[in-house]
Amino acid sequence: MNVELIGLTKRYGATLAVDAIDLKIPSGAYCCLLGPSGCGKTTTLRMIGGHEAVSAGEVVIGPRAVGDAPPAERGTAMMFQSYALFPHLTCRDNVAFSLRMRGVAKAERRAKADAMLDLVQMGHLADRLPAQLSGGQQQRVALARALVTGPKVLLLDEPLSALDPFLRVRMRVELKRIQAELGLTFIHVTHSQEEAMALSDLVVVMNGGKIEQAGDPRTVFERPASAFVARFIGGHNVIALPEGKVAVRADRMRLGAEAGDGAVQARVLAVEYQGASVQVALEADGMTEPGGLSAVVDDATFAGRPLAPGDRVALGWDPAAAHRLDA
Amino acid sequence: MSDVALPALADVPANSVRAEAAPARRRRPLAYLQAAPMALVFLVFLAIPLLLTLMVSFWEYNEYEIIPAFTLQNYRDVFEGCGNLADPCTTARTYLSTLKFCALTLAFTLLIGFPVAYFLAFHVRSRTVQMGLFLLCTIPFWTSNVIRMISWIPLLGRNGLVNDTLQGMGVIGSPIEGLLYSDFSVTLAFVHLYTVFMIVPIFNSMARIDRSLIEAAYDAGATGWQTLWSVIVPLCKPGIAIGTIFVLTLVMGDFVTVGVMGGQQIASVGKVIQVQMSYLQFPAAAANAVVLLAAVLMMILGLTRVIDLRREL
Repeated sequence: MNVELIGLTKRYGATLAVDAIDLKIPSGAYCCLLGPSGCGKTTTLRMIGGHEAVSAGEVVIGPRAVGDAPPAERGTAMMFQSYALFPHLTCRDNVAFSLRMRGVAKAERRAKADAMLDLVQMGHLADRLPAQLSGGQQQRVALARALVTGPKVLLLDEPLSALDPFLRVRMRVELKRIQAELGLTFIHVTHSQEEAMALSDLVVVMNGGKIEQAGDPRTVFERPASAFVARFIGGHNVIALPEGKVAVRADRMRLGAEAGDGAVQARVLAVEYQGASVQVALEADGMTEPGGLSAVVDDATFAGRPLAPGDRVALGWDPAAAHRLDA
Repeated sequence: MSDVALPALADVPANSVRAEAAPARRRRPLAYLQAAPMALVFLVFLAIPLLLTLMVSFWEYNEYEIIPAFTLQNYRDVFEGCGNLADPCTTARTYLSTLKFCALTLAFTLLIGFPVAYFLAFHVRSRTVQMGLFLLCTIPFWTSNVIRMISWIPLLGRNGLVNDTLQGMGVIGSPIEGLLYSDFSVTLAFVHLYTVFMIVPIFNSMARIDRSLIEAAYDAGATGWQTLWSVIVPLCKPGIAIGTIFVLTLVMGDFVTVGVMGGQQIASVGKVIQVQMSYLQFPAAAANAVVLLAAVLMMILGLTRVIDLRREL
């Protein structure tokens, strides 16, 4: 089901956590709310899910504005950051919990719970208690629990942040698979741009309670709307030129002979080998970009002309790759 | 309950367990040394007196002396005539009376303690207010037990405040007799005293409940009552069990409250022991004490069968 936010606002006393945001999430989309901590992304998610009262504005899910309706009536289900599995219930009972609350007969809710656990490949551990499971397994159970009532919109609050990097990548694939399989709208809060890029059809970059940019990952990466977006999603250099700020992707920076006409002299601060490429941190003369500049060089190219910290090198960029920033 | 010991050992690589075991062995004498002072206190003030009581319970006695000899007569006296269920013996009737107070006190302390703990844990946000309200709960302990009980008399007595007020309002014609020196006043005093022993462990259990569980229940469509019954109460079971143990042991062994509030007319196990002590029948008192101890221990054992307390401690 599609989700629409209209002038959605959350105030805590005098502080504005979410500042009148408007957003349309198409049905069946994987939407990531991306931003640093305190940007209002979790509050937004909680308002969509009915866990936080709305100060002003409206959440529209499918055909109707949901107002103050409780989560179960919205057709949303939430997957909590810490999974929030009931420690006294087995996996099966955890998954069947919402069915039990709705008065579904025991045999039926058991069957449904088992089917859900199979979907997340946890059927064989249905009788375990949450404390007997690893983090990744707990997460699968939490996912099954959120899905068991057949929600139209699944809300995920930093679902992967508690997992180790290896598991995180695997769960990412799993989430995408389940989302595609069930055709649900997923709204996923994260502070990892990598996660947002990998998963979403729609990336919503938030900062200070406002939406900085909403678009598909490629658009956001190719044409960041602001210096904040360019910096936050990474892989970009924000360069202040006399005619305004531009964002240049780190892999479009040119070093040495290829630097071209507008090249400046820069000092190499650090060199990080990353396998397929090498990331070179630089400090350009007369440019004060906080965090410095970086260039990503193909590893073969780098091997032909190695650089070491302290070296001086000409630095330029492909003018076609420079993207004008409005702010 | 997030900090409950997870069975995570299985996931820990075996070599890291072995690596930790070696320093643990070296630390062991130190650990014993650290535990020694408390162990000594328990030995001198708990284990030895208990053993002495056990020993004396097998001794003989007459009107003016106790004789170190082995006899089972004291226990025979305790259970004399207890085979007849139709006409229970004195011991059985005393235990029944005490158990009745246990049940009443438990019921009321739980009925009052659970909501109070719930309010403190879930509705009071600020730590300071929580602490302040906790102190309020301990007010009954700000004065001595005897003074506290005596102060019930002007309130509940035949011409006490309650009777006077009710008569003044014309609700009753003659004073209610059962207010003081009755089962009612004994239960009232117990509940007044021991509710806080129920509140604290239940509050403790509640404070450990991850708030996101409540949200998860709400998200799953549970109503307030459903959340209470399906999530909060099950997770509070250890706290309820600990509170129950407190109340059980305190009421089972009590003789002062039953004596004063019951007008010395109500039997209790503790009272029997106290009377025997005052007549210097130490072996008889010891035998009664051993039986009482066994009874209380069995109750606690029964409780721990139902609820795994080790997870909470």
